Amino acid sequence: MPSGPGARVRGKPMIRIDQLIKTYGSVKALDGVDLHVPAGQLFAYLGPNGAGKTTTIRILTGLTKLGGGRASLNGHDIEKDALAAKRQCGLVPQYINLDSELTVYENLDIHGRLFDMKPAVREAGINEMLTYVELRDRSDSLVKQLSGGMKRRVMVARALMHSPRILFLDEPTVGLDANIRRRIWALIKKIQQDGTTIFLTTHYIEEAEFLADRVAFLDNGRIVAVDAPLKLMAGLGKWAIDWLTDNGMQTSYFPSREAARESAAVRENGFTLRRVNLEDAFLSLTGKKVH
Amino acid sequence: MHGILAVYLREALILKRRLKRQLAGMAVSPLLYLIAFGYAMGDSVQFGGHTYLEFLIPGLVAMSSMTQSFGISTDINVARFYWYIFEEFQAAPVSNFAYVTGEVLAGMTRALLSIGVILVLGLPFGVVLHYGPLFWLAAILNSFVFASLAVALAMLVKSHADQSLLTSFVITPMAFLGGTFFPVERLPVWAQKILFLLPLTHASNAIRAVALGEMPDWRAYLVLPLTGVAFFILALGSVNHARD
Repeated sequence: MPSGPGARVRGKPMIRIDQLIKTYGSVKALDGVDLHVPAGQLFAYLGPNGAGKTTTIRILTGLTKLGGGRASLNGHDIEKDALAAKRQCGLVPQYINLDSELTVYENLDIHGRLFDMKPAVREAGINEMLTYVELRDRSDSLVKQLSGGMKRRVMVARALMHSPRILFLDEPTVGLDANIRRRIWALIKKIQQDGTTIFLTTHYIEEAEFLADRVAFLDNGRIVAVDAPLKLMAGLGKWAIDWLTDNGMQTSYFPSREAARESAAVRENGFTLRRVNLEDAFLSLTGKKVH
Repeated sequence: MHGILAVYLREALILKRRLKRQLAGMAVSPLLYLIAFGYAMGDSVQFGGHTYLEFLIPGLVAMSSMTQSFGISTDINVARFYWYIFEEFQAAPVSNFAYVTGEVLAGMTRALLSIGVILVLGLPFGVVLHYGPLFWLAAILNSFVFASLAVALAMLVKSHADQSLLTSFVITPMAFLGGTFFPVERLPVWAQKILFLLPLTHASNAIRAVALGEMPDWRAYLVLPLTGVAFFILALGSVNHARD
């Protein structure tokens, strides 16, 4: 079943997912996910906690067994051609999984060896990536001496140093403060501009809006919509007002700021005037909030 | 080959960083056994014309090589359940064979270090033993057996607590009953038959025989590699089990 407008793309997809299924006991974590992501795209996978975002990434990167369906990375089937598929991708998981007792350099060096990088290429790759994430001067620091934001950047450097075609970012800015989050966003944009296809999971609305070329809404293991962020929000209008009633928060959408102000003027209690965002689009499709 | 080296290098770097603590940890138990059972008993206990210290040191070599090589399971579990570093290996284009071999070699390295520690600890007690090729072969095979078992079980368990239980139920009884502290031949025949199923019994007997200048039972050099290969194959099969 196609999962919505834009689920399929023309040409050879860099990431191809057909009818992906994963169950844990009686719980269906993924229930027939269908997605094609073209080369060079920054694709965001948006949904509330437990929607199946991380499960999808774990299956694609070989950490979790496929329950059903098929998936391939740059044409390599993730089950039948698993090692070749793994060579296509870099992974930045949600949690820090660096060796804290080793130095930054040693962590990257082991990663390079795992990907069979020759010594000279490995050395150059480490230096290039540490420069890229602005941590060249911390090469000999033990990982446990770094801040949370620095560790995230080391993980990005590690995921990129073998020049993957696809970068998987699983909640890359979770737990980071606003400044560091912005730095990571700038880095992600830079990586995409350099030609890498990026698959990003997030439950931060503004992250998906700022970064993504296309967004998939995932709810209860199913994709409910896939499209460009502006198109997903298009049907709702551009402005919204929120106000509190006895039945909870109510929201109305308007084509213009003026129309929203006019409507808000008659509200006796307080209201919030704001731009429509992806959360509104998600809410209108699922009846739920992402957060 | 690159995968084996990468996995082994990671363990080696961590071992290097913790070396002083590790060596101290490897020395504590054997030193206590040497003082309590060996030195304190002195010449009051003799087995086959040898002092108890002469009897005990080869047994400690076998026991320590077992516990230290099996200890790699704890490191794997910490990497898997607490630090998630195992996922770095799972996501890399590295075969199960490369991963298991790298970890087994790391476990064997720890075992060989612990043997060195025991031999150094034995020096002040003035015990003269023979450390020929068959001594080292038996010690290495014993390490291979238990490092392979460690990797297999580390992949099969669902939590770190399960791993501790396995150590309590498998390794600790074997350490005390596998011919380390007393000759298995002194037990009833039915008990001997059971204990001869344990790889450590064969390792202890072979290592002790060579160390005391006697001919070892050739069966040990058959049982140990066969058991090691069986555990290694189990480990290869169990790596996929660790994927949820």
